[in-house]
Amino acid sequence: MKTELTVIGTRARKVDAVKHATGRAAFTDDIEMRGLLHTKLVKGSYPHARVVSIDTTAARAVPGVVDIITHADVPRIPYTSAGQSWPEPSPYDMYILDSKVRFVGDPVAAVAAETPEIAREAVALVRVEYEPLPAVLDMHDAMSADAPRIHDEPESYGMFDAARNVAAHIDVEIGDVERGLAEADLVLEREYSVQYQQHTCLEPHVTICFLDEDLRLVVRTSTQIPYHCRRMLAFALDIPVRNVHVIKPRVGGGFGNKQEVVTEPIAAVLALRTGRPVKLEFTRTEEFTIARNRHPQHLRLRSGFKRDGSITANALYVLTNTGPYGTHALTVTGNTGTKPLPLYRTPNMKFYADIVYTNLPISGAFRGYGAPQGFFAMEVHMDEAAGKLGLDPLEFRRQNHIRKGDTDLMSAAAGEGSGKKPRVMHSCGLPECIDRGAQAIDWYEKRGKPGSGTLRRGVGMCILMQGSGVAGDELAAAALKMNEDASFNLMVGSADIGTGSDTTLCQVAAEVLGVPVENIIISSGDTDHISFDYGAYASSTAYITGTCVLKAAEDARQQIVAVAGRMMEEDPEGLLVHDCKVTSLNGKSVTLQQVALECLYGQEKTLVIGKGTHATKESPPPFVAMFAEVEVDIETGVIHPIHIVSAVDVGRALNPDICEGQVEGAVAQGLGYALTEEIKVGPDGRVLNPTFMDYKIFCSADMPKLTTILVEAEEPTGPFGAKSVAEIAINGPAPAISNAVHDALGIRLRSLPMTPDKVLAALDARERETAGAGAATRERT
Amino acid sequence: MHVTVNGVSQEWEVRPNETLLDALRRNAYTGVKRVCESGECGACAVIVDGLAIDSCIQLAVQAQGASIFTVEGLAEGEVLTPMQEAFAENGSIQCGFCIPGMVVTATNYLEQNGMPTEDDIRHVFIGNLCRCTGYKKPVEAVLRAVGGERR
Repeated sequence: MKTELTVIGTRARKVDAVKHATGRAAFTDDIEMRGLLHTKLVKGSYPHARVVSIDTTAARAVPGVVDIITHADVPRIPYTSAGQSWPEPSPYDMYILDSKVRFVGDPVAAVAAETPEIAREAVALVRVEYEPLPAVLDMHDAMSADAPRIHDEPESYGMFDAARNVAAHIDVEIGDVERGLAEADLVLEREYSVQYQQHTCLEPHVTICFLDEDLRLVVRTSTQIPYHCRRMLAFALDIPVRNVHVIKPRVGGGFGNKQEVVTEPIAAVLALRTGRPVKLEFTRTEEFTIARNRHPQHLRLRSGFKRDGSITANALYVLTNTGPYGTHALTVTGNTGTKPLPLYRTPNMKFYADIVYTNLPISGAFRGYGAPQGFFAMEVHMDEAAGKLGLDPLEFRRQNHIRKGDTDLMSAAAGEGSGKKPRVMHSCGLPECIDRGAQAIDWYEKRGKPGSGTLRRGVGMCILMQGSGVAGDELAAAALKMNEDASFNLMVGSADIGTGSDTTLCQVAAEVLGVPVENIIISSGDTDHISFDYGAYASSTAYITGTCVLKAAEDARQQIVAVAGRMMEEDPEGLLVHDCKVTSLNGKSVTLQQVALECLYGQEKTLVIGKGTHATKESPPPFVAMFAEVEVDIETGVIHPIHIVSAVDVGRALNPDICEGQVEGAVAQGLGYALTEEIKVGPDGRVLNPTFMDYKIFCSADMPKLTTILVEAEEPTGPFGAKSVAEIAINGPAPAISNAVHDALGIRLRSLPMTPDKVLAALDARERETAGAGAATRERT
Repeated sequence: MHVTVNGVSQEWEVRPNETLLDALRRNAYTGVKRVCESGECGACAVIVDGLAIDSCIQLAVQAQGASIFTVEGLAEGEVLTPMQEAFAENGSIQCGFCIPGMVVTATNYLEQNGMPTEDDIRHVFIGNLCRCTGYKKPVEAVLRAVGGERR
């Protein structure tokens, strides 16, 4: 095999770039369907209520209304919308439609009509009689003895303790935390809180279902999980998997919100009942109110430290609000502990959590998957500890962070899936990330120089780790066939949701097969193809599907050199495949095109089909050192991020443009999480800010300067040394900015988002404290 | 009603309350994207009589007699404009849903200001929300397109 890489590591143009730049039809709703019906939902108006009756008479009388369904018309099968491997580790506590409303907006009926306007008109005419129930509108109340029970239906299962509204529970300990705390010179205990964050994928959830000519259900849908969607939908509808064909077109952003089966079931029921194509597309308001969000949490850290800076114990308790359904309840909060805790070498660790039901909006998967919550708490906490020990927070992290060769025991204790085992670090580029990041932000020059006046400056940092897929719970399968012109059809089950994975996977295949990227024609996310994949989540595609494509391409290459060897009368062993040809060391060569023609029409009469499957118990973490420089206005309390430096150990940058783009996009979402984004819910359980005007994501003019440094600590288990990159950077802005604000003002912000009122309140509190301390000192003297 | 879309004169039947966005998509201009339906995000941007507007907050009937350009009308066959080339090149397209609006907005802006600074472009894109890229590469793409046009 050749050793020099010609495609991997290049900034190859994205394979889908031209169609997007020219606006060609590519997304779920960009096709024309004859006789398409439009669906609108009748949504519950109470946070918690029983549906006493639904009268659809008037709505059915509207001309153009074709069908209306309620809970009486759908299978009573509990399922989870969480797109995870089977059996899903989330409780089966949802129904396609139910006779109980568990949050404001919970669908109780659906109308299919000839136009969206008619459907809307009919929705307004559906009369629903409710029996309102007491509601849980604060996660801190969920487990109290007098809290109303949210899941009292007998059919649901898989909850930890439904009677106490506990969807899931975690309790693990490594070593002995109490002993570790007793040995400590400093014990630091702090509480942190984080809010609902909305993904705001620009393309909303949208599904078009229809029956094909064989009466199979075709589901054209904006999803991250085509294969899970097929299995889960068949289960919820009680029909065989073979009768479902899921097609994922281009997807306008997912970020976890589409690692869920959301719009598919209702559209499928209506298509099966009417025999017509049916579309269900969420409005922007519905995205903000009834899709999914990042889980709000309350976190408590209790940690012990020695004077020399070592850590003796670290205990994390998390209270998580999963909303009315337990989608990703256990596993998101699992990551809140299993990602940050092992980052620091600590002999004694404890991680326990309650994930509770409330009558608030639904939480779910969101890029970072629990880690942003955990890292915010952990990295602000460690920064404070370093300060109290008189250490530079950067040096403190250098001293304590996990290293190559270390073993992460927390993954074994509390990891998800079937792959629970200690995770050995085969690579770790953190030292280089810290060095290069510190240099780029000018750490030693800028630290501790807030200046005076209204605008104060500060720099802060944090370190992060994530994973590459779910350890032990991933499978990818791909197939690749060779055509006459030395092009190859590559079929993968993974879902490029904008991440660039289709391009990266084409690069992997092109590298092995010695052809340019243009020679690979990729088709991803169609469940009728020869492929399989768990989907685009857990930062898995480059690492898991990438290795799978590497194997498929290698399989095809072996077949190619065997044929070429016969054509040239050479031993296939020594043949090289490069530049669209096969060459021998004796100087003979045949083009790949000649090989292809020989295969299909010559003596061989065979089709080159490369096959690859990949599963592993490994999930090597990428690492980040992130640095933030901020300017804080002490009159208004506004925090202006000025510069974010992300030094990211990706193992190997398969395509630097794509890696940088993943980091920059994650930073932008992380900045919103840190400073501006919060779904606010009123006392009646209603979302108060369901528009982009009232829910503030960062726009181009808000963005600080971004510096992205790709560090390549080659990962021996990854394709061409690659690890993941998609999620990790979203964890960083919140703690890095909180720590930078401390450098600027000496205050600690432990609640997100870090809004001006919180900054001003912290400044006030510090002033009162200083005044109080002054008074106390005077009293003593 | 009568409109000219991407240079092609056509007659549309529209409902009085139909937005220009809906009318365009119904007439197969699906590069115009539906995202917020309230003029907040710019994904439905089109050029109407020389000015980029959000088609989700304009009624179709208001465009009576107008000349409209959508993203589909920029490239000449297979030949992309320098702006489209620049966007396609550096990874500035991730999911692609905001890209037609960005390309249209930036193209229209360059007609008014041919020598924009990075800061100018960041301010032009205030009306174009993107959730994938962090805006860095799209802004760089516009700067590169400007450089390309100058050459």
